[in-house]
Amino acid sequence: MLAKIGAASQEDLVSYLPADVRFSGTLQIDDGKSEFEIVDYFKAAASRNANGYASFLGAGVYNHYRPVLVDTVVSRGEFLTSYTPYQAEISQGTLTSIFEFQTMVCQLTGMDVANASMYDGSSAVPEAAMMAVRVTRRDRVLIARTVHPEYREVLATYTRHQGIPVEEIAYAKNGRVDLEDLKKKLTDEVAAVIVQTPNFFGLLEQVKEIAALVQSKGALLVVVFTEAVALGLIEPPREADIVVGELQSFAISPSYGGPYAGIIATREKYIRQIPGRLVGETVDADGKRAYCLTLATREQHIRREKATSNICTNQALLALMATVFMTVYGKQGLRDLAEQNLAKAHYLAGKLALMFDAPFFNEFVVRTNGRTPEQINSELLEKKIVGGLPLGRFYPELKDAMLLCATEMSRRQDMETVAAGFRA
Amino acid sequence: MIKKVSKHIVQNEPLLFEQSSPGKWGYQLPPLDVPPVDAAAALGKENVRAEIEDFPEVSEFEALRHFTRLSTWNYAIDLGLYPLGSCTMKYNPRVNELVARTEGLAWAHPYQPEALAQGCMEVVAALERALEEITGMAAVTLQPAAGAHGEFTGILMMRALLETRGNARKKILVPDSAHGTNPATATMVGYSVENIKSNSRGMVDLEALERAVTGDVAGLMITNPNTVGVFEENIRRICGLLHDKGALVYMDGANMNALVSVARPGDFGIDVMHLNLHKTFSTPHGGGGPGAGAVAVGEVLKPYLPGPRLKRAGDKWAWNYDLPDSIGRVRAFYGNFGVLVRALAYVMAHGGNGLRQATLDALLNANYLRALLDPYYEIAYKAPSMHECVFSDDRQAKKGVRTGDIAKRLIDYGFHPYTVSFPLIVRGALMIEPTETESKQELDLFADAMISIAQEVDENPELVKRAPHMTRTPRVDEVRAARQPIVRWKRPQ
Repeated sequence: MLAKIGAASQEDLVSYLPADVRFSGTLQIDDGKSEFEIVDYFKAAASRNANGYASFLGAGVYNHYRPVLVDTVVSRGEFLTSYTPYQAEISQGTLTSIFEFQTMVCQLTGMDVANASMYDGSSAVPEAAMMAVRVTRRDRVLIARTVHPEYREVLATYTRHQGIPVEEIAYAKNGRVDLEDLKKKLTDEVAAVIVQTPNFFGLLEQVKEIAALVQSKGALLVVVFTEAVALGLIEPPREADIVVGELQSFAISPSYGGPYAGIIATREKYIRQIPGRLVGETVDADGKRAYCLTLATREQHIRREKATSNICTNQALLALMATVFMTVYGKQGLRDLAEQNLAKAHYLAGKLALMFDAPFFNEFVVRTNGRTPEQINSELLEKKIVGGLPLGRFYPELKDAMLLCATEMSRRQDMETVAAGFRA
Repeated sequence: MIKKVSKHIVQNEPLLFEQSSPGKWGYQLPPLDVPPVDAAAALGKENVRAEIEDFPEVSEFEALRHFTRLSTWNYAIDLGLYPLGSCTMKYNPRVNELVARTEGLAWAHPYQPEALAQGCMEVVAALERALEEITGMAAVTLQPAAGAHGEFTGILMMRALLETRGNARKKILVPDSAHGTNPATATMVGYSVENIKSNSRGMVDLEALERAVTGDVAGLMITNPNTVGVFEENIRRICGLLHDKGALVYMDGANMNALVSVARPGDFGIDVMHLNLHKTFSTPHGGGGPGAGAVAVGEVLKPYLPGPRLKRAGDKWAWNYDLPDSIGRVRAFYGNFGVLVRALAYVMAHGGNGLRQATLDALLNANYLRALLDPYYEIAYKAPSMHECVFSDDRQAKKGVRTGDIAKRLIDYGFHPYTVSFPLIVRGALMIEPTETESKQELDLFADAMISIAQEVDENPELVKRAPHMTRTPRVDEVRAARQPIVRWKRPQ
């Protein structure tokens, strides 16, 4: 090979680089390790994490069982080791599965169109806000304080330099959006109102009422979800203009915060304002149904500085995990799963003092009655239970409250232990 | 002659929705160990949906067959060379998949107590250290989810620094050879974009750059090696030009596979850059993602990194949220941790010396292909190639055959096409990046295919223009897809 190139050694391939840019040292990285040593290293790292604990954490990341079929499918090299499906003739597998994904996201959310995925739920929120600004040609954004606090932080980072002022809407005594505060802040400059349901406290927001208010002022309603399993049972936000959310619950392991799969879905009329990749149906040269990436003129590789977003890489393989999950559970299974979540959460909640009086799905806020959430959690840890999320970190006014989550994986016996922990 | 592939039977498969039968499902839940709850009573009747209209109903085995059949319609690295330029389609080691699924890592909740997440934090810290060493930069954040997300993070930090100096400035300079994400990113951070011409050698034109660098310029986004696979030999002067005017230099690290252990951006003047862990560090592309866009910064930008940041508290790791100058979060939690695990496994498997050898092998493979194809295709620039080589379709265009046609014909020969028509500065570009993980045998087969196609262009151009001929799906009508967008299945009326 070197002879063909006309080089004497591989070093010749870099020797022409200016001497003052060439790296002449040795990287201070340990020598290469064998497969066995690598597996061992990560096993050792894992052993320094929580092992064998039951967990009642939710707050945007949920413990749901992952059917075996999911990893079987995504481990196929044809899905795992392929690139973005730009070459449609040899990517029909990926393209077809994304078309099915887009369809299922629409069926779940009650929207008309969905894209091929976003990085995660949090970064999909500013993308929805930017989309609403383009659609309405207005610039203000209102976001409920009951939206996931870290999602709100991400929105603040994204909007800071785009001339999009963001204001928060308070929550009422019942833990849901304060409609009076919303009315007060809903001016003619507002492009989007962003709410989450089930909200960060696990409560269902009054989407119909909020939609009527927001749309009467010419703004778009953006509805966020973090717990996709809820959509197996609850009425989807059909009145929304844009729905964004997180599909981690659909067979994507918690994995210390990522990678997950975000979604964005909207009404047909806004299809040309949606960010990211879209798969569309067409025909091949034989007239048979086929799929390809479409409406690329919205995207950065064509439109450059005028693109709807800079997003390029997305979360295709995670979207495939979610697709397999939705397929395996199916219409009835997803409902049964959601009902189990509802039953478990309500069983545990029934034994505790709830902070808010509004309908909830599988998460709820509990008062800690004179003790700190941290005290309760540290006692539970001794019983091999990771308790709920103390809320003081995000809501100073709720420092004596904890957000608990129960899913189909929560055992009754562990729930009894948690309940007893609050009484102790 | 087509050597690498033969035709074989491919299964047809309808959409899931078209094969659903009422009442089927693929997974059974355990019996409920608590009393059931009436949904309408608990949530309010108006909050409960009647059903998920048209959601799939298939058995477990039907689901498995469905996705297995679809998978056979894909090309993948596991089947052969995937020479997409600037995409670095290298082997995805399977041990990385295994370790990412280690139970204590895969099931770690981002809010579990720090005392019970030390293993995860240690992995993050180890990868940060390795990437600091590889880039020669002062600090690394692993929060961004992908390359474009990293660009966004980097330009936000530049803006934050300039703001503290009293003037955020107005413009970002972008060479005309840049990835489309660069100008799109600059816009999202509130900057206007000015394109800088490349010179006849495919490099940034120094004089044009010098004229453009005014007091309005916040910085330059440069890719090095650039998208024609050429090292910007004046990179030190370029950085100096920007720095002299108080501006900063962002490096798009999409092509870092050419530089690891050969040159370090921190040593040649770069202020901030991203790495695509799904390119250089072998994590699988997965049909479009996930990626991870680590961002490395010099000392001057450290205070602006997104939070939280890892810190040492006694003999433990802790997350530090007290970062007054930080640009804030760019996403929830700490990044695409599962991707980070895979990238660290890649670094560990190679070690310092192995990483250098991988770079040299990537350069060897690209230059070998360039030498083999040079007699048949017009090289875009004479400057030496690093990890990829870019040709133009000038010779073939005379016969009416364009780069997109040659790409489609390559499919018949059993290869994924190269990157087509990019960078935009090369007319009819063929951008070829083989990576270090290809053998001489596979490279020779690829070169044979390209040479054979060049001959077909001379003898029978129509054959090439109508390709592919061997695939399950012949050419797809992309114009029709865009004209009447159908982006979801609907039950036929």
